[in-house]
Amino acid sequence: MSAHCHTGSKSVKPTASTATSRRVAVIGQPNNGKSTFFNRITNAGAGVANWPGLTVDLCQATVQLDHHPVEFVDLPGIYDLNGYSDDEKVVQQFLETTQIDLVLVMLNASQIDRQIRTPLQVEALGLPAVVILNMADEAKQFGIEINAQELSTRLGMPIFLISAKYGTGCAKAIAGIAHALDDQPNTYQVTDISASLAQNPVTDARIKSLLHGAVRMPSPLMITLTNKIDRVMLHPVFGLPLFFLSMFAVFWLIWTVGIPTADPVNAATAWLQNKIVDPLIAPLPEVVKDFLINGVWNGITSVASFLPLIGIFFMIMAALEDSGYLSRAAYLMDAFMARVGLDGRAFVMQLMGFGCNVPAIMGTRVMRSRAMRLLSMLVIPFALCSARLQVFVFILAAVLPGPQGAIALFLLYLLSFAVAFLLAAIMSRSSKIFKSTEPFVLEIPPYRLPTIKHVLLRAWGEMKSFAHRASTFIVLGTILTWLLTNLPPGAEGLDTFAGKLGGAFSPIMEPIGINPFLTVSLIFGFIAKEVQIGALAVVYGLGTNALGVKIGETLSFAQAFSYCVFSLLYVPCLTTVATIFGESRSGKFTAFSVALSMTVAWVASFIFYQSARLLGFQ
Amino acid sequence: MTLAELQTGQFAEAHELQPGQFGAGFTTRLQAIGVVPGKPIQVLQKAWLGGPLQVRVGSTTEIAIRRHEAALITVNLVNEADFVGAVS
Repeated sequence: MSAHCHTGSKSVKPTASTATSRRVAVIGQPNNGKSTFFNRITNAGAGVANWPGLTVDLCQATVQLDHHPVEFVDLPGIYDLNGYSDDEKVVQQFLETTQIDLVLVMLNASQIDRQIRTPLQVEALGLPAVVILNMADEAKQFGIEINAQELSTRLGMPIFLISAKYGTGCAKAIAGIAHALDDQPNTYQVTDISASLAQNPVTDARIKSLLHGAVRMPSPLMITLTNKIDRVMLHPVFGLPLFFLSMFAVFWLIWTVGIPTADPVNAATAWLQNKIVDPLIAPLPEVVKDFLINGVWNGITSVASFLPLIGIFFMIMAALEDSGYLSRAAYLMDAFMARVGLDGRAFVMQLMGFGCNVPAIMGTRVMRSRAMRLLSMLVIPFALCSARLQVFVFILAAVLPGPQGAIALFLLYLLSFAVAFLLAAIMSRSSKIFKSTEPFVLEIPPYRLPTIKHVLLRAWGEMKSFAHRASTFIVLGTILTWLLTNLPPGAEGLDTFAGKLGGAFSPIMEPIGINPFLTVSLIFGFIAKEVQIGALAVVYGLGTNALGVKIGETLSFAQAFSYCVFSLLYVPCLTTVATIFGESRSGKFTAFSVALSMTVAWVASFIFYQSARLLGFQ
Repeated sequence: MTLAELQTGQFAEAHELQPGQFGAGFTTRLQAIGVVPGKPIQVLQKAWLGGPLQVRVGSTTEIAIRRHEAALITVNLVNEADFVGAVS
């Protein structure tokens, strides 16, 4: 059945395609498994590209179909082509500025009763389309019956039932896409989406005539396995404690599995340095060797030792998201979050921030209200990210070994939450800028078993992006650390530029128990948290093991914990600050965020340190 | 009555959507989620401390919606016997 366009729209201009490759835009609602199918078509070989005029990068890949090159562009999941969210605006802008040969509409087969609106909207735009009904396996379990052939005839578009997760029907669907492209040689350009949709509105009557007799939905009274589980997990009284228990389990997993992953990596890089790097650079002059090892190589190995932890965190978050539990977390926490001026989704973003602040900041894109987006971005940097965790593990192991150190770390996590939400409550009440009026309507998907393949793929993608974004700053940071801690030539410790810089801050750092050596590490910790302990080692002139001993000998508990509190709150890494600027597109806001964090950190450390001294800790 | 007043275990049909202070974006989002006049709607759970409602729209879509937003959706009670799918 060939795809032909609805002739009602006057605002689309078909022209004969002269380009060497055809372009297919993939649209659909969020959580439809669009990216799973996209990965299948493109064999996971997609890369992100920036499209002119768009504020986000889009996933795209060119694939050979029937020996012709076809470019697939994955558009953000949206609910309505007439919508108001940032993602919906991106899709509108893309469609209005790009030539398109075909639209692939991905629907969730289980929700065809409402999602059928999307292909009808595409039809109203006058674009040729192929409809893919994904999650056919789930639909079958629900007892939904779809006569795809009949529906296709009525709609005037080819329809394919697939399960992108398990691969069923995908080959046929891809062949169908190729066939649809062959059938129509034109390329299209939509000029005015809102006008087209206003002229050809999607009516309930049309939907009813389309679905009646061709689709059979189950009874609204049915009780699924998901419902049975939710009676416990979303129970008004037990739901929240169960949630906190599961979060504790996640952090316990990270503590026991995640943190030790640094050890094999450190062993491997140490071996590499011994056997390969050292012999290689042996003939070079001392200064250059020192620069290469303590500057560049240090930077690379610190990123490497930290990647497995971040990878594990991304895997856990991907599994939680795929399972559907994160939406439930948002539901459970919304009552509390509303009281501090945020919503349930902001809580999920805060959780993400505990792995790495950067993807959490980017995740706020789903919020339509700028006020809530800004407030969320303001408090995410207070989340105790994996990089900061490494600093705390090192310091606490040196000063407070054993179960006491674990308790201190737990307190730091609590402090992170407390400061973030207290600040949100204060800011949302004191300034119009942070007062949001966004409605809270969130879909709760059925529980799904995450596939290992998908979880690994997503974690790998996130790690690649992270390494790409952060490595520049981290390597730059270690080089800068080396320069400032080795100049002027011959100087050591506090006589170096770095030491002098640290000393210059002592009037404000002494009252909070932080000596100039530690101040130096904080300065470099701004560039990248991974550099913080490394800088401390360099300014003390010790290797990391000896540094641990020295810290244990020279720092009191009060000083060490004050240092940790300050490190937690003062400012996130440069990559995060850059991301905040990129997402908020406001220099003023970014500067405010940094200034606020510094102030909060100083006040918190001051209160702790002076109270500790008053209580007798020295 | 409004969706906010619906009790768990009662069956209703959506009747009218008000934009309230949220504007057209709110009603557009609700329609895309499936809340349209005549659609079966029921409350599955109510969260603690005045939190959001877990609402089933039709038979296979479930959403979390705050009580304030739910108050903008008027519903009509129906008998359990009449509570069938939107299409059959």
